[in-house]
Amino acid sequence: MGTQKKGASRGSEDPVELARVPLQAILLADSFTTKFRPITLERPKVLLPLVNVPMINYTLAWLESAGVEEVFVFCCAHSKQVIDYLESSEWFSQPNFTVTTIESHNSVSAGDALRLIYERNVINGDFVLISGDTVSNMSLTQVLQEHKERRKKDSNAVMTVVIKRSKPSQITHQSRLGTDELFVAIDPNTKQLLYYEDKADHAKGSIYLDKLLLADNPSITLHNDKQDCYIDICSPEVLSLFTDNFDYQHLRRHFLKGLLVDDIMGYKIFTHEIHSSYAARIDNFRSYDTISKDIIQRWTYPLVPDVKFFGNSSIKLERQGMYRASEIGQSRSAQIGPFTVVGSGTKIGNTTKISNSVIGEGCSIGSNVSIEGSYIWDNVTIEDGCKLRHAIACDGVIVKSGAVLEPGVVLSFKVVVGQQFTVPSYSKVSLLQQPIKQDSDEELEYADSSGGIAEISSITHTVDKLNGEITNQPFETQCWPTSELGTGGAGYVWSICEGGHDEEWRHSVAPIPADKLSEAIHAADDDLELTQDGRSLPPSGELKPDSNDSEYDDDGESRDDSIYFEKEVEATFLRAVHENITVDHVILEVNSLRLSYNKVAADCAGGLFYSLMKLALETPQDSASELVQATTNVLAKWKKLLKYYLAEIDEEIEVILKLEEICESTKEFAPVFDKILYQLYDLEVIQEEAILRWDDEKKDADESDKVFVKQAEKFIQWLREASEEDEEEDEE
Amino acid sequence: MDFQVVVLAGGTSKNLVPLVSKEVPKALLPVGNRPVISYVLELLELSNLKDLIVVVEGQDAAVRVGSWISGAYVDRLHVEVAAVPEDVGTAGALRAIAHHLTAKDILVVSGDIVSDVPLGAVAAAHRRHDAVVTAMLCSAPVSGPSESGSSVGKDKAKKPGHYNIIGLDPTKQFLVYIAAGAELEKDIRIQKSILRAVGQMEIRSDLMDAHLYAFKRSVLHEVLDQKDTFQSLKQDVLPYLVRCQLSSEVLLNGAPQTEENGNEKASSQNNQLMLSQILANSSTPSFHELYALGPNGSTPVRRTHKCCVYIAGKSKYCVRLNSIQAFSDINRDVIGDASHLSGYSFSAQNNIIHPSAELGSKTTVGPHCMLGEGSQMGDKCSVKRSVIGRHCRIGSNVKVVNSVVMNHVTIGDGCSIQNSIICSNVQLQDRVVLKDCQVGAGFVVTAGSECKGEALAKKEK
Repeated sequence: MGTQKKGASRGSEDPVELARVPLQAILLADSFTTKFRPITLERPKVLLPLVNVPMINYTLAWLESAGVEEVFVFCCAHSKQVIDYLESSEWFSQPNFTVTTIESHNSVSAGDALRLIYERNVINGDFVLISGDTVSNMSLTQVLQEHKERRKKDSNAVMTVVIKRSKPSQITHQSRLGTDELFVAIDPNTKQLLYYEDKADHAKGSIYLDKLLLADNPSITLHNDKQDCYIDICSPEVLSLFTDNFDYQHLRRHFLKGLLVDDIMGYKIFTHEIHSSYAARIDNFRSYDTISKDIIQRWTYPLVPDVKFFGNSSIKLERQGMYRASEIGQSRSAQIGPFTVVGSGTKIGNTTKISNSVIGEGCSIGSNVSIEGSYIWDNVTIEDGCKLRHAIACDGVIVKSGAVLEPGVVLSFKVVVGQQFTVPSYSKVSLLQQPIKQDSDEELEYADSSGGIAEISSITHTVDKLNGEITNQPFETQCWPTSELGTGGAGYVWSICEGGHDEEWRHSVAPIPADKLSEAIHAADDDLELTQDGRSLPPSGELKPDSNDSEYDDDGESRDDSIYFEKEVEATFLRAVHENITVDHVILEVNSLRLSYNKVAADCAGGLFYSLMKLALETPQDSASELVQATTNVLAKWKKLLKYYLAEIDEEIEVILKLEEICESTKEFAPVFDKILYQLYDLEVIQEEAILRWDDEKKDADESDKVFVKQAEKFIQWLREASEEDEEEDEE
Repeated sequence: MDFQVVVLAGGTSKNLVPLVSKEVPKALLPVGNRPVISYVLELLELSNLKDLIVVVEGQDAAVRVGSWISGAYVDRLHVEVAAVPEDVGTAGALRAIAHHLTAKDILVVSGDIVSDVPLGAVAAAHRRHDAVVTAMLCSAPVSGPSESGSSVGKDKAKKPGHYNIIGLDPTKQFLVYIAAGAELEKDIRIQKSILRAVGQMEIRSDLMDAHLYAFKRSVLHEVLDQKDTFQSLKQDVLPYLVRCQLSSEVLLNGAPQTEENGNEKASSQNNQLMLSQILANSSTPSFHELYALGPNGSTPVRRTHKCCVYIAGKSKYCVRLNSIQAFSDINRDVIGDASHLSGYSFSAQNNIIHPSAELGSKTTVGPHCMLGEGSQMGDKCSVKRSVIGRHCRIGSNVKVVNSVVMNHVTIGDGCSIQNSIICSNVQLQDRVVLKDCQVGAGFVVTAGSECKGEALAKKEK
């Protein structure tokens, strides 16, 4: 309701009033992910140097140049470090540009952050929502204009998402930034966003668009060649929407999906495509690599190393895209190749070769070193004869002579690699031990960092301690396991966690190795063949032009659904058995399951009966008769529960069919089908009418289907005679 | 031109009962006083496509259609009339006459299209892209009849009026998705692989498949041979070709093979260029070619084929006569908005009255009307927006509004006919009032009857 009122009052204000509101921005200085671990255990992501400048400076510099007047920096993980950094920087003393920090210690997601900001009540107009790891040089004028005009016409247009053309690789299905391919559907006329699918499920060969979409729009365009820039122009309603829907955590996965799919109150999201300007977000190590190169190659102008903006020192551009600070000590025989940045105070030894790399400040690089495509941060020591390819070495790392870093290695702060040691590719090394709790659940990624926060406070402690120790004591006294990083090495090699090696190459700084590439090609081909042979061209779809393939998928899905449903029912029931929950409560729980899975009473009856039989089977027994006895006991005990769902004959028949199914699949039950059927009848779970109707239904079935009918023939015979007798009696 | 044209003239479509009968198959239904098939034939003639096979369902109907065509087009077109059994579907009809098809490309036209879209342009688009199939799309009518049902006797009358859902590549030259028939009822399901290849796809619901296709003969043969369950071109063959265009199972043998080799050479020359285009994320060559090149940009690794579209301009007229509603609409349009199709020259009053027609005193024939040869009208009659056929005898005080009256119809005095279709040889006795009715051939409506929204016809023996 609050939203409505607010929207209405805003609408009543005249546009001039709106225009006078200073442009605000919310900068999330926490990505709420763990992709940059282990580095982010010690330093927040927004302060990691990108071409020797902390990332947040790129974002702030862009916001300032784009005319934003007030920025709220939301800090969560390592908030102290972020605030300290900003305080020591010049950002707090800019004219016409105020930076305010908002600190939180218990936010676990962007959703929490926005809810907190809503409570603070600081946003009073349209605002730019951005995370602190975004590099852009786009102008906001046009997109703001568009957003405002749309708002005037339709107050439900709450958000404008900036997108950019970028075709993902057809082989790896990921963009050059290492993010998953994105499928979006956009109305070509209004630019309204109609469908959004990142985190694509690769197993699914096709996407489904609601047919109602086309009812409203005569044409929609479906894109696979767009990239989300994660720059959003939002109306204040967005914040209240997050508050209203307290379960929204992720901006895209929950908020966007929620608005698009659930169609909450008709809110609409629009897109704005940028063509010539740059916008990208550092999501993982691969995008770190890609964006660094883009900066060096000046796509992000004016945010390039040789143009003075906040936080970078003077650096000169030389030929071939080589940037060198003025005071570096470079040996004459050292070769510094193209697209390389060397920070001030760095010394480079004889015959060392560096290409496509970024070297920070105050590094000392020995002789005969070869560095290719790597990111060396500040005060790193690389001794003679080392080889680094596509690696990241954080501040204070020491690579001892002759060591080799293979592609994809990440060395966190102050790690020491021993002499002649080869760090295998994709290793992540840190002085801190890998947190044991690894929440691999994708859904809970945001929750993961909640563990991270608790960790962090303790970790920062240890970091400080470690710093002290390392500087004060000689390394030899430290008892690092020598096996991990060679003699004199310091640090833990993190074991590759969930996803394993397979996924590591996707997000690493290293280029995709050829073998993975060819693997992916084969996978793509297989994929294609699979969709061709399999689901998308079912032969029966050809037989009956009226029935098309998606029907088959529907079947598949509903089958999956029933399996899940049955499992849930079984789990509920087992819990009831073990925890002595009363029948009424079980009924309540099963009913809620039934509603959420959109099932009918017969499904519940089937599911419960299945669970009952399973329970009976689990009780130890030696002979068939004991099994029957056990079954009878279980049935007698839970009769009330089962009966609840057997209001109609159809549901009773469902139970018989289920029994048949169970007997078919479990050999223990197969011989006693008729006996259990009799017990069911005897316990008045099912009536004779149901049995007789089941028998009738089976009359025309195949012989193979009639195994159990035959088995129960005598019983049925008896039933029929009995009922005839009854009738006769009635007649008399 | 080595295009061979197949005109699917249908038989006696159930959709059009009682207008059609054994005597009058669908192809010979009059539109502006000439058989509907003549519109297609003349359109083909205009595009210089003169080598035709007209496929008719049913032997009797074939004889009738054949005799009419040979009478009317004896010197102008080279027409072969082939009869196929009823209810074989469009694909079945083509299968039945497959041995007649010899040209490199086949143009398949439905015999019930009334259109002014240049067919030569469709053929040219097909050739230009070396496509396996080219489909003509036209804008779906904003309202009005459904396009359901294919021309050859499939009963689709129960289906609600839905058009196609069509996916196009950004250049609007290639067909990447098509949904027809029952698929329209479901959510739109799009293969990711093809979307990845195209990058961007436009999905439109305001276009419809006009049932005019150009096929590569070798491919058509192969599909018809291999998939013997395919019944309809529109619902089976076309969607199949569209779906598998990136991993073609269609072997291009014979003549196209050499051409493909030629392409291969050309593409290897262009490799450098293409590679740079791939790197630049551009798709200037067709996405099929890029996709076929594979990731290395070397020789083609994947077999692809192209499905093209020709989209008729919005101003073009293109309607299929496949329902009773469509029949009245087309007749009205041909003498009204789309009068250039009729091939007649209109008088100053914007109507066509044959010189041999006789009008009684105080009888008025309004604009957008047509009065056929030898018809007679009594006194004080009024005709508005209607077509009246040949040799009709109409009494006095008769009103005909928005209706079609075929040949040799007798209308008694004081009749009123609104929004109705009166077939040949019908006799309306005096003072009959018809509104929204269809009267089948040879029916006699007794004097003084009033009907509204009925279909009147003789019982089939």
